[in-house]
Amino acid sequence: MDRLRRTMMFVPGNNPGMMQDAFIYGPDSIMLDLEDSVTLAEKDTARLLVYNALRTVDYGNIEMVVRINPLSTPYGHKDVEAVVKAGVDVVRMPKTETADEVREVETAIEKVETELGCVGRTKIMAAVESALGVVNAYAIATASKRMMGIALGAEDYCANLKTQRTPEGTELLLARQTIVVAARAAGIDCIDTVFSNLNDMDAFRREVETIKKLGFDGKSIINPRQIEIVNEVFTPSQKDIDKAVAIVGALHEAARRGSGVIALNGKMIDKPVVIRAQHTIDLAIAAGVLKKEDLS
Amino acid sequence: MEIKNAFAGTLESGDILIQIEPSDTPGLTIDLESTVAYQFGDQIKKVIADTLKGMGIGQAYVRATDKGALDCTIRARATAAVVRATGKDVWQD
Repeated sequence: MDRLRRTMMFVPGNNPGMMQDAFIYGPDSIMLDLEDSVTLAEKDTARLLVYNALRTVDYGNIEMVVRINPLSTPYGHKDVEAVVKAGVDVVRMPKTETADEVREVETAIEKVETELGCVGRTKIMAAVESALGVVNAYAIATASKRMMGIALGAEDYCANLKTQRTPEGTELLLARQTIVVAARAAGIDCIDTVFSNLNDMDAFRREVETIKKLGFDGKSIINPRQIEIVNEVFTPSQKDIDKAVAIVGALHEAARRGSGVIALNGKMIDKPVVIRAQHTIDLAIAAGVLKKEDLS
Repeated sequence: MEIKNAFAGTLESGDILIQIEPSDTPGLTIDLESTVAYQFGDQIKKVIADTLKGMGIGQAYVRATDKGALDCTIRARATAAVVRATGKDVWQD
């Protein structure tokens, strides 16, 4: 695990007040948006705001992501030039449907990085927001070595599917599972879609619990109030941490004895259980609720 | 450099509205309205002037209405206003 991505907070790229305050709330990633939240008439000014904010505001250890406009629009290439020059961590592609689109963005990024002398610095993530994108999820996830994650954009996906979002999320199940499987097969992260009803935090918590069960690394959020709930759901409990530490301890004990059989409290432990325990420990360390030195 | 009337920005908190007009008066004339003008007025004007001069604008009338913008926002809005006033973008494409 290279870093936590429990929360990716969307911030409109044309709102300087929100851009300068976003880090205060402590999301794992901030996604400055140049696409849907910016009107066509303000694409030029939003791009300059994002460029100057990235160059100036100290966002600390927060991963900085910018959602660009598609390269097929008059704005996409300028967006790439601006954000790569500003040193963004990740370029987020909207409405991605094919691996070729990823490679086109990679080429555009590489052109700017070559001028700057920093080839390979910028990562890419792709949002899948259509049936075709879901069908091509694995090809998209593996289209570039820069790919760090794949995300679901549910509103456009539902419109494309000729359905609508429901509290149960039945309509998203196939897309969510396809994206998780594609991400795991590609060795990258997967981020779930936004939940827009800020007046129903219980339903939000249920959705976060569901996507965690499905295997997602985190959730896109639109309001700082959503951060605490996502962190609560995605941060391992003390009980889970204690159990994981005991399992990994049993692994080390077995290795010390030269035994291939791992046992804890008289029970055999299978390899997948050890892998899950190690993931729990990685999450706990990344979330700051467990220290590496506590493991020895 | 020839310019036309243009503006960029908003009157929302944390932002600044910058309007640029051609001027017959030599140099840059900057009228600033800001709730923090007493503390930061000179700094805000300096960021605007430096940005305009850096883009080749040495003569213009600028009206700025500040709502508590950081320097990076002032720079972004001033740059956008000049791009709109001159029609010359700062990006290559």
